[in-house]
Amino acid sequence: MADYGILVDYEWCTGCHTCETACQMEHHLPVGQFGIKLNEVGPYEYAPDRWQLAYIPVPTDQCDFCAERLGQGKLPTCQHHCQAQCIEVGPIEELAKKATSKKKLVLFHN
Amino acid sequence: MDEKRAYVFVDHDKPWRYEEDGLTVTRGSAWSGPGCHLGCGVKLYTDEEGALVKVEGDRENPFNQGRLCIRCLDLPEVVYSDRRLLHPMKRDRADRGKDVWQRISWDEAYDEIEARLKDIRERYGAESVLFMQGTGRDIATWISRLAWSYGSPNYGFPLSGLACYLPRVSGMYSTTGSFWVCDCSQEFPDRYDNPEYEVPEVMVLWGNNPIVSNSDGFFGHWVVDLMKRGMEIMVVDPRMTWLGRRAALQLPIRPGTDAALALGMLNVIVNEDLYDHDFVDKWTYGFDKLAERVQDYPPGKVANITWIPEEKIVQAARRFATAERACIQWGLAVDMTREALPAIQAIAALTQITGNIDRPGGMIIPPEILFYGGGFGADLLSDEQTAKRIGLEKYPLLKFGFATLQPDEMVKQMETGDPYALHGMWMQTTNPLACMGADPDRFYNAAKDLDFIVGVDLFVTPTIMALADYVLPAATYPERDGLRIGDGPQRGETINKVCQVGECKSDMEINLELGRRLNPDAWPWADVKEMFSSIIGETGYSFDELREIAPAYPQYVYRKHEKGLMRPDGQPGFNTPTGRIELWSTQYAGAGLDPLPYFEEPEPGPGSTPELLDEYPLVLTTGARNWGMFHSEHRNIPRLRALRPDPIIEVHPDTALDLELRDGDWVWVENQRGRAKRRVQVTPVLLDPRFCSTDHAWWLPEEDPEDLFGVRDLAINNLVPWACGKSGFGSNYKCMLVKLYKVEDGE
Repeated sequence: MADYGILVDYEWCTGCHTCETACQMEHHLPVGQFGIKLNEVGPYEYAPDRWQLAYIPVPTDQCDFCAERLGQGKLPTCQHHCQAQCIEVGPIEELAKKATSKKKLVLFHN
Repeated sequence: MDEKRAYVFVDHDKPWRYEEDGLTVTRGSAWSGPGCHLGCGVKLYTDEEGALVKVEGDRENPFNQGRLCIRCLDLPEVVYSDRRLLHPMKRDRADRGKDVWQRISWDEAYDEIEARLKDIRERYGAESVLFMQGTGRDIATWISRLAWSYGSPNYGFPLSGLACYLPRVSGMYSTTGSFWVCDCSQEFPDRYDNPEYEVPEVMVLWGNNPIVSNSDGFFGHWVVDLMKRGMEIMVVDPRMTWLGRRAALQLPIRPGTDAALALGMLNVIVNEDLYDHDFVDKWTYGFDKLAERVQDYPPGKVANITWIPEEKIVQAARRFATAERACIQWGLAVDMTREALPAIQAIAALTQITGNIDRPGGMIIPPEILFYGGGFGADLLSDEQTAKRIGLEKYPLLKFGFATLQPDEMVKQMETGDPYALHGMWMQTTNPLACMGADPDRFYNAAKDLDFIVGVDLFVTPTIMALADYVLPAATYPERDGLRIGDGPQRGETINKVCQVGECKSDMEINLELGRRLNPDAWPWADVKEMFSSIIGETGYSFDELREIAPAYPQYVYRKHEKGLMRPDGQPGFNTPTGRIELWSTQYAGAGLDPLPYFEEPEPGPGSTPELLDEYPLVLTTGARNWGMFHSEHRNIPRLRALRPDPIIEVHPDTALDLELRDGDWVWVENQRGRAKRRVQVTPVLLDPRFCSTDHAWWLPEEDPEDLFGVRDLAINNLVPWACGKSGFGSNYKCMLVKLYKVEDGE
């Protein structure tokens, strides 16, 4: 399998924890362990009416890009269930090309 | 059977149930409990033993398009929680509050409950039994029929001022003849791609954070979908949320002053001549009187009331009125002020005088199969019994098509026995001591002397522990069949049983069996499937057929009011006495209420009781949702509890500094009525240092049942009185004055 990665559009990630829980349930992870973990940056007001508040999910060492699901022709469960539809899993080369297409994209080469 | 109604369907790759890699997959809808009442499309995976092992979002279902929130993803851990109620139980009336349950069979339970209810009916009249439900589980249909077929007019829910959704629903029906929602393309299976659909230019999120709360048929992340497609948002909220951060304008409103803000915006729109003259002339009634009324609310005055800067109010009004397509997604905050109906009327008027009605990207009417507020089988009740419905005399608005009793009057009557004494209570999946009941001590004291109380639920809740004599185990949604005919877009969908846990039965099975025993003629169906088929008979589909083809979308048309599709007489216009949208309400006037919208200061509050500010300087709002919990559910589910281990109160950093509070401190939140324990989270999201915000519906399932799982110290509604608005709708759950102080060691 080619190297895989995860492209996250954190302009739109709302912090709903769906990726975390979908992953835990798919991979039978105990409470407290993650294949992908949500991070919060903010909230704070850095100038009048200017706020920093963003969420970024980060894949962990336990992420296998849902190899079994991919084999069945399914999407990885985080991408499938993501409520903001801001996660894309795929071959790293393809995602690298997309990563400059707009701002607030982050590519994990995991 | 009727001719098959024309629906628009979705292409399915597979049948509603199929095999996949050794597992059985069943397609269907989700529906509380557990979780919310959106009705997302789900695929339930079961193994060869018939156990639910996984839940996935159904990508073929246009409603959620495969997406799911964490509560449905974690469903198996709710279904198989070791705390589930698994069989019927009873205890002696003298043992209420004690953990001394005796297991009984279903036959014993039905026999004994039937005998008791018949005995009460004979001795005191059927009206002396209350039939209570909780949040919008899909049981209103069945429990209302159970009440009415038994002969009791007293069906409802124990929430002061019916302050959840019903104020909005009844306010809308009273003034327009319909209910209205934002057009997010939800009426079309091809969604945003539908050629008739247009994206709203502006959406106002008013007292609602839909991405977390997912309320009432509105899938919150539709807002995100639309923002990606260019929609601008404005947010009315005392807290900075993810949506607020991305809003063109954030209006940091003082809780409880929504009506004033709407009236101030109307003032700007009217006086700057920004309204839609054509729509107002053709389709509304009473505009001149409304225009006169809004003169009492100039933006400067409204700024003083709402604590929102005047220029933001003006800017919001202009932006909304000049948008080509605009809509308002409103939340519970609007219902949870005492004078909710005038607030609702004023907010709705913003969409009405700007002509954002019944057209793409504006406010639209979801098609109905059953009238949402109407219940099922009101004809079973005699006129004589109907007239005994609690609160009907005092609050005549309840007569206009609404099925419920008035809960504030109910509590009064439980205490006084006036005009007649109450003797029994059937509580079906409702937990008023932890969740919706105001002043839970008062509710407990009013209820504890009733002769006979039954609880039906998924778990032993504080309310069941405190009050029930019999408890019946209810099924979660994967354990039952059902119809998705609740609120919001009225698609034809089914809820499909895939597993069985213990001896649990569905709400519908329980209601059917008990109904058949109490009034056989009213429940002629052999089983629940036959009952469901009968309800949807007018569509031409049976339950089994609907299950296969679901989701079935009614063919949706815009501009129904121009085409004569809104009124029973087929004439153009709206289904109101004047045939128009009534900005001046003839129905309110008929019920002795002010026919125009107005603002009244929440009481107590900074505007109405300034003398209390020295003692109680903070304005508290309650009930903001968190991701993993639905009302009083999910505290007993470790994976979801881990995201919110404690009941939180958000406190502004300046206030925390003043009060010497730090993150993680335990405090008492107190007003002149009572107090509740909370854990402090210091956060700048409060947009005014005087605001604080806290969770609702906490109890600790891991604590002592005989201490009612700690609910007495945790119920934030200890601070909320049973006191509703002049119409009988609305109550101040989300706006009050409080102080905070540290919990002492040992408390």
